Amino acid sequence: MRNLKQFITDFGWPRIIIFIFLVALFLAAPLVNVRLDSSLSDVINRFGQNAVFVLAMVPMIQSGCGLNFGLSIGIIAGLLGATISVQLGLTGFLGFFGALVIATPFAVLFGWLYGKLLNKVKGEEMTIAMYVGFAGVMFMCIMWLVLPYTAPTMIWGYAGKGLRTTITVEGFYRRVLNDFLAVRIGENFVFPTGEILFVAAAAFLLWVFMRTKTGTAITAVGSNPDYARASGISVDRMRTISVIISTILGAAGILVYQQSFGFIQLYTAPLSMPFAAVAAILIGGASVNKASMVNVIVGAFLFQGLLTMTPSVINSALQTDMSEVVRIIVSNGIIIYALTRKTKVAK
Amino acid sequence: MSGKKSLGRFFTENAVVIIFLLITIAAIPPSGFSIQYIVQEMITRLGRNSFLVLALLLPIYAGMGLNFGMTLGAMSGQIGLILAINFNVTGVEGLVFAALVGTPISVLMGYVCGAVLNKAKGREMVTGYILAFFINGIYQFLVLYMMGSVIPIRSPAILLSRGYGIRNTLNLEGVRQSLDNALLLRLGPFTVPIATALVIVALCVFVVWFKKTKLGQDMRAVGHDMAVAEAAGVPVDRTRIIAIIISTVLACYGQIIFLQNMGNMATYNAHDQTSFFAVAAILVGGASVKKATIPNVFIGVILLHVLFVVTPRAGQNLFGSAMIGEYFRQFIGYGVIALSLVLYAWRARKDAARAREGLRGAAA
Repeated sequence: MRNLKQFITDFGWPRIIIFIFLVALFLAAPLVNVRLDSSLSDVINRFGQNAVFVLAMVPMIQSGCGLNFGLSIGIIAGLLGATISVQLGLTGFLGFFGALVIATPFAVLFGWLYGKLLNKVKGEEMTIAMYVGFAGVMFMCIMWLVLPYTAPTMIWGYAGKGLRTTITVEGFYRRVLNDFLAVRIGENFVFPTGEILFVAAAAFLLWVFMRTKTGTAITAVGSNPDYARASGISVDRMRTISVIISTILGAAGILVYQQSFGFIQLYTAPLSMPFAAVAAILIGGASVNKASMVNVIVGAFLFQGLLTMTPSVINSALQTDMSEVVRIIVSNGIIIYALTRKTKVAK
Repeated sequence: MSGKKSLGRFFTENAVVIIFLLITIAAIPPSGFSIQYIVQEMITRLGRNSFLVLALLLPIYAGMGLNFGMTLGAMSGQIGLILAINFNVTGVEGLVFAALVGTPISVLMGYVCGAVLNKAKGREMVTGYILAFFINGIYQFLVLYMMGSVIPIRSPAILLSRGYGIRNTLNLEGVRQSLDNALLLRLGPFTVPIATALVIVALCVFVVWFKKTKLGQDMRAVGHDMAVAEAAGVPVDRTRIIAIIISTVLACYGQIIFLQNMGNMATYNAHDQTSFFAVAAILVGGASVKKATIPNVFIGVILLHVLFVVTPRAGQNLFGSAMIGEYFRQFIGYGVIALSLVLYAWRARKDAARAREGLRGAAA
């Protein structure tokens, strides 16, 4: 009994409510003629599509930089990789991994600058990260218009210049991960093996990294910067490394997202993407200064489950589309919940 | 202090204003607008936006940073306007009616916002920002699903054809510019909305007076150092909540003034950028997270909006694309907020480091 109580306080009421709500949605699905197998397939697919973004939250939370509201910086690096890969005409796996290789140096550079900036503003990281992300996205909007891309699939037909708002990756790397070794069970259920493998590999690499000497140092900086400094760890360097890793994961995340979704979304599309990732990791049980792989997986699954199931089930039940309202309330509600918790670890 | 040193200090302290002034001046000639057009446009926009920006002042005095939660007040004002149109109350009476409906809602919203921010001390800004998103969800639920079904809205002109929910765009014909046109003054080639100006001046007087009251003094004490204020017997949490409530109510009135000038209202998006424009304006005017004055408000509104007026056309003329100007002004808006937050946090850390060094020197 005491254990149960302890578990509930640790896990937090909002998360339990969300969990129960999701279970209820799954239970209600057959009653309103929503197929369970295809829903489950959608949930798994969207889990893979978004999990890398959620993973990107971990290093910065662990190093004490807080929630990475500036994930769009990493997304921009990924978009540069994607558009250059399409410009070069790379296709299939070469297209996807080519984009990843091209995006990485951008991500390292952006992450390094972004990390340096966040080191100058300790204590105010989250608000500043948000606005640096916004400003970066708007700056890139101008760049997408003026950068000298020429591939006919990407630029506006009538103007002959400037990238389109959405660019299809059909014929380049659409669904390369999803369809790799995909398992089809029955008519409506497909398990996107390649995508899940990629997520698992990324999560495993990050998990191993967090246990290396550098990874441990990052966690130490996050839990107690003064103690870390006293034991000879360079606080600023560790924080910068964590921001760079987060940015690289953001870049990889948007590529995984694109290959599954089928389109490169440019211009203002990245503005709201960080908020979904922040909400997901918090739903998974992370706090503003502590996050683990379990939080990532549980959170991405719960949040994407909710986003997939609410429209289909509620719309069929009530004949009206309330999913957007539910999404706004749940995702922002959980962020507020996390921001208003007293932090247990002394800063 | 030598003259050179104080000049350098002046530049670092006003870096944001100076950078912004230079960009704005550089963007005016390529836009091709006449000075007369720009001045008239500024008079209109001062009337439209100043009230909203003034709403940010009190939370800054109370040390709560920029009140991104002001959007809550804006939403309350919009609910007031929806009801005013529903009951067909027109003219200035319509605005007063909207304000009367909006006041209790925004007091409640301000209380909620203040209570939440009290639980998130040290990260008020990001919490307020997300809280605005959260309440936006509830606002959409109310307006899109409850109005017409549970809340009795009868006017078919504003209801969606399905019978409940409010239309996407509302025509505010009944109250359009009723405050602006109540008392117009023609000053040479310019038209000045005196009534709106009087309301704004009244608010400035209120702010100046309020700072001198006991409550205003308490707010400054809380803003300076919460622990010291608490020890001196100031009810810290209560004072902070009052600051936010007043700010939210003012934002409610500000949004009503803003919308009556615009003449129509995007029911579900009108409040999205309220805090963005207001915060960018006050920062451009030279305010920081901790310090803001009434002149900051007016300088900021003028500078920001001159830039907003001229950039789309300047982009069109310089690069052959109005979109570049449009993106540029948003980039500048977000960039200015980021830059001044960074400069402030940076300076605060440098001051803290200097204070530590001072202690060390004394010990040695």
